[in-house]
Amino acid sequence: MAYYRSTVLVSMDPVCIDKGALDVKEQLIKELAKHNLSEEVQVLDIPRVGDPETEGPDFLVYPEGSHYIQLTPATVGPIVMEHFIKGRELQQYKAQMRDVTDEELGEPKDKEIRIILENIGKIDPRNIEDYIAVDGYQALAKVLGEMTPEAVIQTILDSKLRGRGGAGFPTGMKWKFARQAPDTPKYMVCNADEGDPGAFMNRKVLEGDPHSVLEGMTIGAYAVGANQGYIYCRAEYPIAVSTLNIAIKQAREYGLLGKDILGSGFDFDIEVRMGAGAFVCGEETALLASIEGNRGEPRVRPPFPASKGLWGKPTNINNVETYANVPKIILRGLEWYTSMGSEKSKGTKTFALAGDVANTGLIEVPLGTTLREIIYDIGGGIKEGKAFKAVQTGGPMGGCLPASNLDLPVDYETLGAAGSIMGSGGMIVMDEDTCMVDIARFFMEFTQDESCGKCVPCRVGTRRILEILERICAGKGVPEDIPLLRQLCSEIIQDSLCGLGQGAPNPVISTMKHFMDEYEAHIYEKRCPAKVCRSLITFDILPEKCTGCTVCARNCPVSAITGERKQTHVINTEICIRCGICKQVCNFDAVVIK
Amino acid sequence: MTLTPNQLDPLDNPRMREVIDSTISEFGDQNGALMVILNHLQERIGFITKPMQAYVAEKLNVPVSKVHGVVSFYSFFTTEPRGKHLVKFCIGTACYVGGASQLIDKAKQVLGIEPGQTTSDGLITLEVCRCVGACSQAPVVVIDEVNHGRVRPSQFARILTEVQKSEVAP
Ligand SMILES: Cc1cc2nc3c(=O)[nH]c(=O)nc-3n(C[C@H](O)[C@H](O)[C@H](O)COP(=O)(O)O)c2cc1C
Ligand code: SF4
Ligand code: FES
Repeated sequence: MAYYRSTVLVSMDPVCIDKGALDVKEQLIKELAKHNLSEEVQVLDIPRVGDPETEGPDFLVYPEGSHYIQLTPATVGPIVMEHFIKGRELQQYKAQMRDVTDEELGEPKDKEIRIILENIGKIDPRNIEDYIAVDGYQALAKVLGEMTPEAVIQTILDSKLRGRGGAGFPTGMKWKFARQAPDTPKYMVCNADEGDPGAFMNRKVLEGDPHSVLEGMTIGAYAVGANQGYIYCRAEYPIAVSTLNIAIKQAREYGLLGKDILGSGFDFDIEVRMGAGAFVCGEETALLASIEGNRGEPRVRPPFPASKGLWGKPTNINNVETYANVPKIILRGLEWYTSMGSEKSKGTKTFALAGDVANTGLIEVPLGTTLREIIYDIGGGIKEGKAFKAVQTGGPMGGCLPASNLDLPVDYETLGAAGSIMGSGGMIVMDEDTCMVDIARFFMEFTQDESCGKCVPCRVGTRRILEILERICAGKGVPEDIPLLRQLCSEIIQDSLCGLGQGAPNPVISTMKHFMDEYEAHIYEKRCPAKVCRSLITFDILPEKCTGCTVCARNCPVSAITGERKQTHVINTEICIRCGICKQVCNFDAVVIK
Repeated sequence: MTLTPNQLDPLDNPRMREVIDSTISEFGDQNGALMVILNHLQERIGFITKPMQAYVAEKLNVPVSKVHGVVSFYSFFTTEPRGKHLVKFCIGTACYVGGASQLIDKAKQVLGIEPGQTTSDGLITLEVCRCVGACSQAPVVVIDEVNHGRVRPSQFARILTEVQKSEVAP
């Protein structure tokens, strides 16, 4: 196997050629030959590296990531001497890193460790050379040059990396099963469906650091023995799709995807496929059905995708973040990786903090960090000085955890034992003004809507639960509703085929467990303690505070508010739909809920 | 390139027909071509009518029922034209907690239509969707593919009027 220590990628942009790129390349080949480096350093043409106008002629040395610019045949000699013989970069001809900033991702806070989010906002995702400059594709070079597929799998097993898509299955184990499956061809699939409302970690990685996912997938493909990969991305993420397509094209141009990658004889290519707005397609068997061009309905497992997946062939499927971990583990080593995290869950996890927390946005913490550290130390606590009520993790299949659980470490086992799940990383913080019965109703509306309808308990059971919760929120609940809800929940869990049905009751079970007092207030007292459920509240304007500014009347969607300018306004409760807009727009806190 | 409701089926419109044909020939050979083609037709034409579904089925040599089954399964595929502008309310968890339902109330008031409906002039369609992945800016309204974050009900009427006005000016 020919294996080059380095590859020099020379830009063949017409502008660069005009400025003498061909002479530069000729000189480069001569200089390398002169120093007996032709066997060690490969010279390749690529369409473009940096900006041809300001930087050409230029070339990029891979895997070092050094980008040399504004070259002439005369400068090539010193660069070869310094870079390849003496092993140091020649600063005077090197491009400076571009500064790209990202508004959705602030500076890392104390207690955060950024590995997956490390490059985001720092590199230009549409320029592969930026990724290469931060050690990108070095892990791939190491794997293809020095490691057997078995060694790669062993490394991932030893790293204790677990799937970041929700269930937390050991990634090395999955790869091992796919490698051992006798059938061919094999496929490598990336789950970029990120359907949990409130979660956008995967989007950020795809838009901000797409090559880390491509590199992880390629390493996995080598380990498993796959030659074709698919990234299934939800249609709601058009920018992620286009960024990925650019990244794939550039990786092909650089010989990092396609035939004979880095001269190793290994072939692998990736295509992006788009979803079309079905949450259940995040479930792996449904996702594969969707790539095949079918309705995205889950099927019974086993057989697992590792033995029978896409088109009936062995298929490995992992989440975006799972793949993005892989190059880092290979490059920085097990000792480094396993120093982060808790006993059974190593490494870091990204979370999307949203809801009533002061600092919303993406964060990344070592597994085992407590909920309190995340919400208070990193998230800055609850907005507007209100009280914390619950945190929802794991999306529609997850649960709501109360204040008494705030000191729990976030890892797969602990969250599971507390009645929620890790999920993909959505974390929604709710303050005292949130009605937990209404939240349970909200999630049930979601799962009811997204159930594919294949299993009766999931299709019909979720509808029945939703009806009961709607009834309770409307003040028409009866005491028997509570045992009825419990019974329906356990039936759905038992008799549903896929994780959607099996997890659907979680929001109801967890809110009943921790917030039964709220259910009871709705049922027995016809009262919504958080003052959210519209049938159980009325709005009123306090005359002593109202200045008669008219802003509420102008914003009321149903014209229920009357009053002259500078006179106290009045709400007609017969017309009022209790949307709460008036309370939100009033600058004088004159609107109150009773 | 969305059609207004009273136009012919895209198959009977030569320009649209060409788009349909080229889409089918561009992607027809891929594995799992049906999803890819439907996604592109939805994007390029704006909707996928029954006759279009039958046409795709014929060209790909699969039963019409299969194409229909796929179209009806995914919420992104629509069989009727939407309005010229699409206003989508995110009702994902973060946006729900952040007050999305108040924005919907406001839009109902301003436009007189419910989510899922189009204004009678064919200008604006209201829809709801689940999480567009901009949760830290909740509540989010997507207007013609552009995300608007932290929208307050009081600003929202103005945003809608701007969409309407952009039509009057050339
Ligand atoms: C209803 C449902 C939705 C899911 N949605 C996603 C998703 O959006 N993204 C994801 O990576 N995994 C999702 N999963 C989990 C996948 O089925 C699968 O476990 C995962 O892609 C495996 O990758 P991992 O081992 O890297 O986590 C979902 C599962 C279920 C049951
Ligand atoms: S559990 Fe629900 S979503 Fe899953 S296969 Fe059954 S009906 Fe479909
Ligand atoms: S919940 Fe609305 S953008 Fe995520």
